[in-house]
Amino acid sequence: MNQPTAQTHAFQMSDLGRTPMVPTDNYVLRVENLNLYYGAAKALNNINLQIPQNRVTAFIGPSGCGKSTLLRCFNRMNDLVEICRVDGKILLEDKNIYDKDVNVALLRRRIGMVFQKPNPFPKSIFENVAYGLRIMGVNEKATLDEAVEKSLRGAALWDEVKDRLDESGMSLSGGQQQRLVIARAIALEPEVLLLDEPASALDPIATSKIEELVDEMKEKYTIVIVTHNMQQAARISDYTAFMYMGDLIEFGETDTLFINPKEKRTSDYITGRFG
Amino acid sequence: MRKWFKDGDPWIWMTGGAVALSLVMVYAVVWMTAAQGLVHWWPKPVAETTFIERDGKQIRLIGEVRKREEVSVIRLRESGYTLETEDKFTHRYLIKQGNRDITGIDFKWYPGPMLGEFAYPRNLIAVERREWGHLYGQLKAVKENGTVVAEGEAAWPALQERLSRSNALFKEILRIEKVDIGKVNYAMERLRLKERKLQLQSKLTAAESTEFAQQREQLAGEFSALQERIEKLRGEIARDSLVAEVMEGQQVNVPLANVADAIMPNDMNVLQKTGHYLVKFVEFIFDDPREANTEGGIFPAIFGTVLMVLLMAVMVTPLGIMAAIYMREYAKPGPLIRIIRISVNNLAGVPSIVYGVFGLGFFVYFLGHNIDQLFFPEALPAPVFGSPGILWASLTLALLTLPVVIVATEEGLSRVPRSIREGSLALGATKAETLWRTVLPIASPAMMTGLILAVARAAGEVAPLMLVGVVKLAPSLPLDGNFPFLHLERKFMHLGFHIYDVGFQSPNVEAARPLVYATALLLVIIIIVLNLFAIRLRNRMRERMKGLEGV
Repeated sequence: MNQPTAQTHAFQMSDLGRTPMVPTDNYVLRVENLNLYYGAAKALNNINLQIPQNRVTAFIGPSGCGKSTLLRCFNRMNDLVEICRVDGKILLEDKNIYDKDVNVALLRRRIGMVFQKPNPFPKSIFENVAYGLRIMGVNEKATLDEAVEKSLRGAALWDEVKDRLDESGMSLSGGQQQRLVIARAIALEPEVLLLDEPASALDPIATSKIEELVDEMKEKYTIVIVTHNMQQAARISDYTAFMYMGDLIEFGETDTLFINPKEKRTSDYITGRFG
Repeated sequence: MRKWFKDGDPWIWMTGGAVALSLVMVYAVVWMTAAQGLVHWWPKPVAETTFIERDGKQIRLIGEVRKREEVSVIRLRESGYTLETEDKFTHRYLIKQGNRDITGIDFKWYPGPMLGEFAYPRNLIAVERREWGHLYGQLKAVKENGTVVAEGEAAWPALQERLSRSNALFKEILRIEKVDIGKVNYAMERLRLKERKLQLQSKLTAAESTEFAQQREQLAGEFSALQERIEKLRGEIARDSLVAEVMEGQQVNVPLANVADAIMPNDMNVLQKTGHYLVKFVEFIFDDPREANTEGGIFPAIFGTVLMVLLMAVMVTPLGIMAAIYMREYAKPGPLIRIIRISVNNLAGVPSIVYGVFGLGFFVYFLGHNIDQLFFPEALPAPVFGSPGILWASLTLALLTLPVVIVATEEGLSRVPRSIREGSLALGATKAETLWRTVLPIASPAMMTGLILAVARAAGEVAPLMLVGVVKLAPSLPLDGNFPFLHLERKFMHLGFHIYDVGFQSPNVEAARPLVYATALLLVIIIIVLNLFAIRLRNRMRERMKGLEGV
């Protein structure tokens, strides 16, 4: 990670270029004593954490620290890996999502995910966005039209594609594809949106568009974003969790964590001593 | 030189050469088949000449000159011909003299030195008969009811006129026999079976019995009415005949009912010949065969082949795709799935005749027999499904091509990117929904490939079919106008088997040879058409997947 540039004046909040955040007491997801094993290897070590509602929470840390793994626990995507075993609880509205009677498909509609590399389906733009709704059984044209437009506006993509909804989703540029995927996810109006390094495969302009979008979306959704880019985390998140080798080292308000971290390892990482 | 090797140039030449060689061989096969087969219907000139037989007698010879061969003079002398030449080698000619009912043999070799000059008089006719093959000679007169109505110059136009009349009558007779009488016969048979079924179940009441008898009477009435009509038409068609003088000078009377076509080949210009060729070619494709499959058309064989391939495709596609989906998506990795996969791959190596034997033993004798016992007890002892038929043939071939479809589909499924599957699951779709809505559409070009390969393999297999449903001559098509329209228990004709039958089992090899090539060409063309259709479909599917890596 980069060394911060030398400062010429005493630091002020406005240096971060953001409006200050109002702390909240409302938590959407609670992680309690979470341990995760890939076969015999332990990947997550006794994680305890709460994700605040309608805020952006960032997971940062060096490669291989487990941030993506933890993210994927929230919508149980780790179930797809045969050898993965989970110990502990993750509570969504006081219900453990790892209970036996939980309908995983329904869970994933409430907790949506956007992946690192844009993965639109080889269908039309309209069908991409309408996919989740069709799965739910919604097939009336009027309803779908409305929902698709709303989602595409919410993803700041409507103006660019409104005349070509029938074209293939694969014909868009990388940044547009990622916004399409976001639109696809928010079409289901989830409570939580998980973003796994959503801008790492994109150019700087597309990245900044995504970051603007994240800022707008937090009014309606709770957002958890994994990023390897510390500056991005500092720019857009309200809370930050720093992880290292499967442990949660520190969690707190972004401003505090970056300016005045409690743990030495956190400050070492932020100042670039390792990464 | 060494530099040329090191640069890698020889590779380009070798690989390019291999492609060129393969293409040349494919085109050569198609070209040779076409060249040998398609000349069959081009009107060939009829020659008239003299021939000195072994005993010195001179006869007149009329016929088509087909081939010329070199032959040694010594051999000719040995076989009894007196030759006064000094040469070691001379020629002999294969002449199609027709008139099999008179001369006994269609094609005959004649030594060149014993033949006179070849003349091509304009008025020689070639008559295509419905029995006994071609007749060559000179038209002398046209008769109506035994009395001459036209002779000399007027005979030819009169013949053409009356020929079109008699051909129309013939078509009508054929139609009544096949369609109308066929319907009545079919209805009578169904009535009999219905009655017998009730009898077997001891449910036949007296009232029903009388009703059946009534219906039978009515059908019998229809039948005799149709018979009467046919008799009347036959009487009408028997009215005209032609008189031709054949090569040995005798006058032969040929009833027009027996004449399919009559032409003057020496008198036709290229345009007329082309017209005649096209007419004959269309007849080849759409008519039924005659004379033990050595003449006429091959429509039933074309129909049977295409229908069987379609039935097979309908059966193998869902079965193969579902098996592949289970093997790729749902089966847990382990020894069991490995064994299954090995077994499937080995199925592809089993010789096709073994499949035929299996089909006969299991499908026909076991399954078919039990189906008959359960559902058609009234038809016994005549088997319905307990004997070879198009259903069992298609099923046997579906088994034969199953491994190909499974492997191709598995290939396609494995190439669907994981990111697409994850994306679908992350939106709340179940695994089955993901498969149906996303994965299968992406794998569909690969599934089409499997189908194309299956069709290509199945259309060429003849050996298994001979055991499970193909016959030399089928009395009716498996698809007709009588309910239930698709008769899966009927036997059918097949182009591959037809080639074998005409080529090896026909009594008249020389006459049959061009037909063998023509039938082979038609088979190749049909496969190419089916494949092109499927490939076009697959390309359209691929278009939609553009941009997705691995498809």
